[in-house]
Amino acid sequence: MRRGYLTAAVLGALWMVVLSVTVAVTMSFATGDAFRPSLSFSLLWGGLVGMALIHKNRVRTMQILMASWLLTSGLYGWGALQFGEDTTPAASTIGTLTLAAIFVVSLTKILEEIAPGQLTRHEFEHAVIRFLTGFGYIFFTAIVLIPFYVMLMTSLKNQAELMQNPLDFSVDLSKGTDLLRSYEELFTQFNFDTYLMNSFFISVLTVFITLAFAIPGAYAVARLRFRGQAAFSRSILLIYMVPMIVLALPIYIAFSMTGLRNSFWGIVMIYPVTTIPVALYMLQGYFRGLPSEIEEAGLMDGLSRLAVIWKITLPLSLPALASVSLYVFMIAWNEFLLAFMLLDDPSKFTLTRGIASLNSSEIPRQHLMAGSVIATVPIMALFLGLERFMTKGLTAGSVKG
Amino acid sequence: MAQSHPPVGTGPLARREARLAWGLLLPTITAVALVVLLPLLAIFWISFKPVKLADLRPPEVVLREDIRGDKDVAGGEATLRYRLRNSSQEQPINGVTFADVMPDGLKVIELDERCTLSGRALTCDLGDWEPGAREQIKIPVTVDQVFIDNAIRPQDSAAITTGQASNILTNSTFTLDNFARIFSGEEFFEVLWITLFYTVFGTIGALVVGLFAALLLNKSFRGQGILRGLYLFPYVAPVIAVAFAWLILFDPFSGSANALLVQMGVTQESINFFGERPLALIMVTVFEIWRYFPLSFLFILARMQSIDSDMYEAADIDGASPFQQFWYLSVPQLLGILSVLFLLRFIWTFNKFDDIFLLTGGNAGTRTLTVNVYEQAFAISNIGAGAAVAVVIFACLLTFSIFFLKYISREEGL
Repeated sequence: MRRGYLTAAVLGALWMVVLSVTVAVTMSFATGDAFRPSLSFSLLWGGLVGMALIHKNRVRTMQILMASWLLTSGLYGWGALQFGEDTTPAASTIGTLTLAAIFVVSLTKILEEIAPGQLTRHEFEHAVIRFLTGFGYIFFTAIVLIPFYVMLMTSLKNQAELMQNPLDFSVDLSKGTDLLRSYEELFTQFNFDTYLMNSFFISVLTVFITLAFAIPGAYAVARLRFRGQAAFSRSILLIYMVPMIVLALPIYIAFSMTGLRNSFWGIVMIYPVTTIPVALYMLQGYFRGLPSEIEEAGLMDGLSRLAVIWKITLPLSLPALASVSLYVFMIAWNEFLLAFMLLDDPSKFTLTRGIASLNSSEIPRQHLMAGSVIATVPIMALFLGLERFMTKGLTAGSVKG
Repeated sequence: MAQSHPPVGTGPLARREARLAWGLLLPTITAVALVVLLPLLAIFWISFKPVKLADLRPPEVVLREDIRGDKDVAGGEATLRYRLRNSSQEQPINGVTFADVMPDGLKVIELDERCTLSGRALTCDLGDWEPGAREQIKIPVTVDQVFIDNAIRPQDSAAITTGQASNILTNSTFTLDNFARIFSGEEFFEVLWITLFYTVFGTIGALVVGLFAALLLNKSFRGQGILRGLYLFPYVAPVIAVAFAWLILFDPFSGSANALLVQMGVTQESINFFGERPLALIMVTVFEIWRYFPLSFLFILARMQSIDSDMYEAADIDGASPFQQFWYLSVPQLLGILSVLFLLRFIWTFNKFDDIFLLTGGNAGTRTLTVNVYEQAFAISNIGAGAAVAVVIFACLLTFSIFFLKYISREEGL
């Protein structure tokens, strides 16, 4: 296996399969035309080009030669990428050209250290790792982006267009604002403005209530000495693992009997309790990490404990508070189960409950996807803008699923 | 000179600190007790009771009142009429009474024998009622000018009704029927096996994929931050949005995934990804892996970045190859976080409800224990049986937690 020729051929063949599938999927999604990777031609050309490239792999002419070979064979129908009858010549040329160029450049990089003869273990493993890295980037980017891409594009098309060719996500820009019709209808006919406001207020209130409970609690657990401290800090974790579906039934019963079901305040009461343990756990970890000397100095100067918390600890933990708030906001914004069980009245729906009500055969599904986009975009924007806080907050002790 | 001792017991300062601590914790403890511990006790209670969804509305006395006859003429005769019924068709109500204030200017001609009138206050004692019982009480009256001038209708003053009905949630009927029901039949073991498959493969899958992603991003290059943000998308987006996106992507009739597979020649006919056994179970597990790999990725990456790089340099000099370095250096360092992540994810995947419920609704062989709670309680309207399944889940959870607490001390700071 560790002969240069063999390694280059195998890696080249596999890499060609990866790339031809990638280019075929990308081109299909972008144009809606038929692109098909050919397994046998991929293996054949990939292996041959791989072997050819290691000889003089740093010579530009060799690369150009290989690329043009791939290009011509592709255009004559023997390429790693095959086309349907309806595929436009422009699309097939672009597809083949992209594949040939990317393949030659990236494979040269993968085979950088590979010489024709016997390889050292290092050279071999580095090549395999470079191959796996390339594959990994393509794989993860694809699996993450495709569902979101489909969500966004479906919301811009109408049912008939999608039924005709489910792969055609090209957007007809000449339609102008008509593209956003399903969004407009959600806001004008399906009350999404109310849902958006409800979700927003509920999430913000949840953040404030959670912080009001969690800050003093976390401080007590992290800093003050009292009996049962260790047991308390563990039971937070345990409570944070109790499944919501187990609690949902009694809550449903209690809310049905007290008339809190179907009310805004019922939801505002229940959401913080699901987030307090998380917030408490995250905050106490952070408070522990703060140097206690500063607080002791404050105590020496005659401040009371509460004043110390207010004037010293909280300003020092602003980044932690930001990440906890973000995280709690995200949980409340995304919450589905309780909203689904407790809300029946369409004027009180949260966004997630509103989207669930769009899932019916009478409502076209671009509306469903437009609703999903409306729920996703704010949380994504918030997340991308404050990603630093968010990742810190996530790793600071929360794996709430 | 008196001998001096170190202080024994808790001093006043320590006591004050403990008092403050409990004071700070009190609101949280109260809230959690109300919304977590109380429902937990309640679910045990309910699981031993034959409660149906319809039982949640306790039977009550429904009352309507009106006045008919010559009510617009002074001296005219009219009838004040109270119509009452038991709202439940199944349960009796005992000791039914009602009280009302009669409007001014009505003179009672004859009073029903079950009623008494003192001043303008009318009270009637109607005794015990059968399920679905109806009653009518008619009180003939003469109308005065005062009544006509006031323009008060009798229904403007609300009558107060009382009556006791046995409430299934609070009475002392206990049975083991719910448990017998869920444990009998092969269905329960199928549910258990599906839950275990989903949990084990979902957890391991998310860990392995997360580890791979962490290895990819464990070097600094331009755009690393963007990619890290991108790879967290599945976890951050609302579950309802991504679940529906998957459903539409894998739709058997007009889904892009099927169109793609047909076009590439992988399959001739479209595949019903979320509607066929055993494919549906595999798909929901894949969804679980897709949605939660970001989390393990994030934790593993954080741990990787805290590993001392000197070790790798030393290993490099000694001639260890990259795979050897990964296997003999990185993996032992990561074992702690991996085991904790495994336990946590295992517990949470075991408890997962929304994802499966949204993707398949528990059909096509994907009914896990959590979905079963919902099915029993709301689809079959048997709340008691749903609670019994919830108790089973809780018992499993307790078992896992014992393991968890044993391991968590090893990896502090998670």
